[in-house]
Amino acid sequence: MRPVFGNRSAQGKRSAQIKDAHSEAARFRTRAIVGFLLIATCLSVLGLRFAYLQIDRHQEFSSRSDQNRISVRRVAPTRGLIYDRNGVLLADNVAAFRLEVVPEQVKELPRMLGELGGVIALSDDDIEHFNSLRRSKHAFESIPLRFKLSEDEIARFSTERWRFPGFDVVPYLTRSYPHGEEFAHLVGYVGRIDVADAEKLDEARYAGTTHIGKTGIERSYENDLHGEPGYDLVEVNVDKRPLRVIERVPPTPGKNLYLSVDTRMQRAAMDAFEGRAGSAVALDPRNGEVLAMVCVPSFDPNLFVNGIGKVDYSTLLNAPDRPLLNRAISGGYTPGSTVKPYVALGGLELGLRRPSDTVLSTGEFFIPGQSRGYRDDKRGGHGRVDLVQAISQSVNTYFYSLAYEMGIDRFSGWMGKFGFGKPTGIDLIGESSGVLPSKEWKRGRMNQAFYPGETVIAGIGQGYWVITPIQLAQAVSILAARGVRHRPHLVRAIQDGLNVPAVPVPLAPADPNIMHNVENWTPVQQGMIAVVNGGGTANGLGDKNATSEKFPYVIAGKTGTAERFSRTDEEWTSISTAPIERHEVLFEAFTPADDARVAVIVALEAGRSGAHDAAPIVRKVLDTWLKDDDVRNVSATTP
Amino acid sequence: MTRNLLLRLEVWALRALRRPYYDLPLLGALLLLATCGLVTLYSAGDLDRRLVLNQAAHFAVGIVLMLAIARIPPQVLRNWTPWLYAASLLMLLVVAVLGQGRGANRWLNLGIMRFQPSELVKLTLPMMVAWYLHARDLPPKWLTLAAVALLIGAPALLIAKQPDLGTALLVAASGVFAVFLAGLAWWRITLILGAAAGAAPLAWHFMHEYQRNRLRMFLDPESDPLGNGWHIIQSEIAVGSGGLLGKGWHHGTQSRLEFLPEHTTDFVFAVFSEEWGLIGVVALLLLYLFIVGRGLMIAANARDTYSRLLAGSISMAFFVYVMVNGGMITGLLPVVGVPLPLISRGGTSAISLLAGFGVLMSIHAHRRLLPR
Repeated sequence: MRPVFGNRSAQGKRSAQIKDAHSEAARFRTRAIVGFLLIATCLSVLGLRFAYLQIDRHQEFSSRSDQNRISVRRVAPTRGLIYDRNGVLLADNVAAFRLEVVPEQVKELPRMLGELGGVIALSDDDIEHFNSLRRSKHAFESIPLRFKLSEDEIARFSTERWRFPGFDVVPYLTRSYPHGEEFAHLVGYVGRIDVADAEKLDEARYAGTTHIGKTGIERSYENDLHGEPGYDLVEVNVDKRPLRVIERVPPTPGKNLYLSVDTRMQRAAMDAFEGRAGSAVALDPRNGEVLAMVCVPSFDPNLFVNGIGKVDYSTLLNAPDRPLLNRAISGGYTPGSTVKPYVALGGLELGLRRPSDTVLSTGEFFIPGQSRGYRDDKRGGHGRVDLVQAISQSVNTYFYSLAYEMGIDRFSGWMGKFGFGKPTGIDLIGESSGVLPSKEWKRGRMNQAFYPGETVIAGIGQGYWVITPIQLAQAVSILAARGVRHRPHLVRAIQDGLNVPAVPVPLAPADPNIMHNVENWTPVQQGMIAVVNGGGTANGLGDKNATSEKFPYVIAGKTGTAERFSRTDEEWTSISTAPIERHEVLFEAFTPADDARVAVIVALEAGRSGAHDAAPIVRKVLDTWLKDDDVRNVSATTP
Repeated sequence: MTRNLLLRLEVWALRALRRPYYDLPLLGALLLLATCGLVTLYSAGDLDRRLVLNQAAHFAVGIVLMLAIARIPPQVLRNWTPWLYAASLLMLLVVAVLGQGRGANRWLNLGIMRFQPSELVKLTLPMMVAWYLHARDLPPKWLTLAAVALLIGAPALLIAKQPDLGTALLVAASGVFAVFLAGLAWWRITLILGAAAGAAPLAWHFMHEYQRNRLRMFLDPESDPLGNGWHIIQSEIAVGSGGLLGKGWHHGTQSRLEFLPEHTTDFVFAVFSEEWGLIGVVALLLLYLFIVGRGLMIAANARDTYSRLLAGSISMAFFVYVMVNGGMITGLLPVVGVPLPLISRGGTSAISLLAGFGVLMSIHAHRRLLPR
């Protein structure tokens, strides 16, 4: 039983007994006390370290602990709505369903995406967009895969849902444009935020937002429409997985916009084009409100909201008649004879002509000392014409000689007062400047001197001239308002909050009258009235016709038929069999002639003449305007 | 033989009636500590009952073992000492050759249970040093020291190679404390410490890369806040954000939200500090100090050198756990995987600790039953 070592240990004990047991015990006691004191000291140091962290640096660590655990999650605001002047909804938020995926809940994601394709159609674009989103999100976050599911797709997915853990159909609000292509350019559209957008955005403000205004009002008023995001203060763990909401601040919805446009006029204008490429703009000369602004051809903006397919997009982008182009503000047209009333007014204002002064039209105008002739429309000429006749008959010679006498500097100086050659400042992004022929422009562009011949043809709206429809509409409005310019604008009132009345956007103060002598206006007005009512180029436009009664107000107007190609161009001869395509045709008008409340311009990219093709469209727009009391009588106060 | 055994049992029973085999203050302090450990674990383990029950079961086994060991006279323990030491050393060698475990070869698979020989060494090494010094002239001279260094060095190196620097440190410390308590002359201590300081660069050379990284991070944790410094920083945030009064039980966000690594094992002290604040920390440190002090008292009253040195070194080694762990979670010392005794999750460690206190209780219980 006794251990083998027993003897040795007994020996050890004996030898221990030989030692001075008492002194050894005493020595141990001392060492134990020293050891205890050492330990107490060490533990005190440890305690002091705790005190240093927990008292001295408590604030610092407390906030770092909060930074660790609290994360701010932005909640996207609801986008503001867009209405027309009568409260017709132009841009709406509608409930829709999208398919979302939580990647960490899906085993073999690529295979599941493949299988899902049999239930819900997935395009390569969808998967590409999904994959790019995935890289920037946590694995437990839900990522949208397909937007705007159809009812069929939702039903099919519901029955097959068990096969797809981690996939879910989620309701959301999507932008919808009930009027489709009628407002495609004006209202524009929103689209998914892409990399280029993301670089420019305020990250905090757009953290929860998926869509952003890409064109039109949606883009120009993005700041108002977007609203302010709310946020959830969420407690997160080390993987940033949210565990609970600590505090919730709801988002502020975007502001609602009331536009000055009238849906009925817009539709009438659109229909009147019958698919021919061009643009129409109707303004209220009293305040610059845009009543209608149409571009043909157009497209369905709803296609863009949830990601347009590559095929659809390239079709739109590469179509020869360029449906994506916002012709009203960035389409370039040669104004042709539509500039003549302004040139005529310039002649009076500059003291170069009196209304009664006449010019002999012989069919050809020659600059003194030059042999090249500048032709009149009418072979053999119009004979002797005064200002009213010159406008109503669109007599080129009158304006050749007037422009020649003005010289290019005075010419471009005067025409610039009508806003040509520079953006009108309408509240839409993407406006073009057009070209007002001038020495400066030509030197800047071609580094060449301006030749007198170029001044002569500038007098009839040919040559370097490029205008946008909105510029021409602004010019005719200035004329209609007897020289007073109001900046064209689309947004009439802004509503900030649901139960708040819409607040009108204050009108920019009108510029000083461009005319020195207001009496000069009347002869020009008489000329434009004569165009429509006095045997002029668009005679009888206000008369009763197949579709409408006689127009109750006096219409003043001016035709424009600009040559699309120089007569020496190959293109001119190649399409000579279809003369209808040879011209850009325009018509500008305002009514009532004495106290204008509406000004309309129409530009068609191909037509026989302004009177033949553009003027009837203007008449149809005016007919609709007439039927619409709101537009006629209500000035810009409240919508 | 049988009669002899019966007689012995009778004597034991009579003695047990006369006086208990446990030390009430020590037992009370340990039970308080264990309770505190279970409460902390319940919070740190995010209210996982199984985890707490598992730990409590290990505590129960440990306490039964402790009370059983308390009945074994120190004399018997002393007789077994060389065998136990030899056996534990052998097991360390076996582990070194064919051990298994995650990342480190520490475990020995005994078929029915897995077993960490290094835990056994925590007890057998101080026993062996005490046994050896018991038979020597004290205070020890250089030759004795050299022999003791061998006794300490062999298992400590084997454990450090596993690699388990924390346990190696604890094991070595318990042997060193025995030498210190044996009355090693101060001038020798100074000389040894000086030599150790001189050899420090050599130690750096032999360290594992992860151990070096821990040291680097200890020196400047913010230099790599998401990598190796993460543990220290998150632990300091947990401790510091606890403040004076703490965030309250199970309100420690650092552990609940998993910012704190190893929050039920090595970093459980950080959880405790976060939830109970400085008040709780000071109370806990005082409890530890009380246990160490009580252990040293028992040692001082022991009847022979072996008992004294063994009891003293076990008590002082206990402090090392607290110091190394507390130093680690507050960034005072480098990261070394040492559990906070009786609080950190880990059944084996708890059982070996309680077994050690069983030895202390045995020494206490038999202090007057041994012949003078």
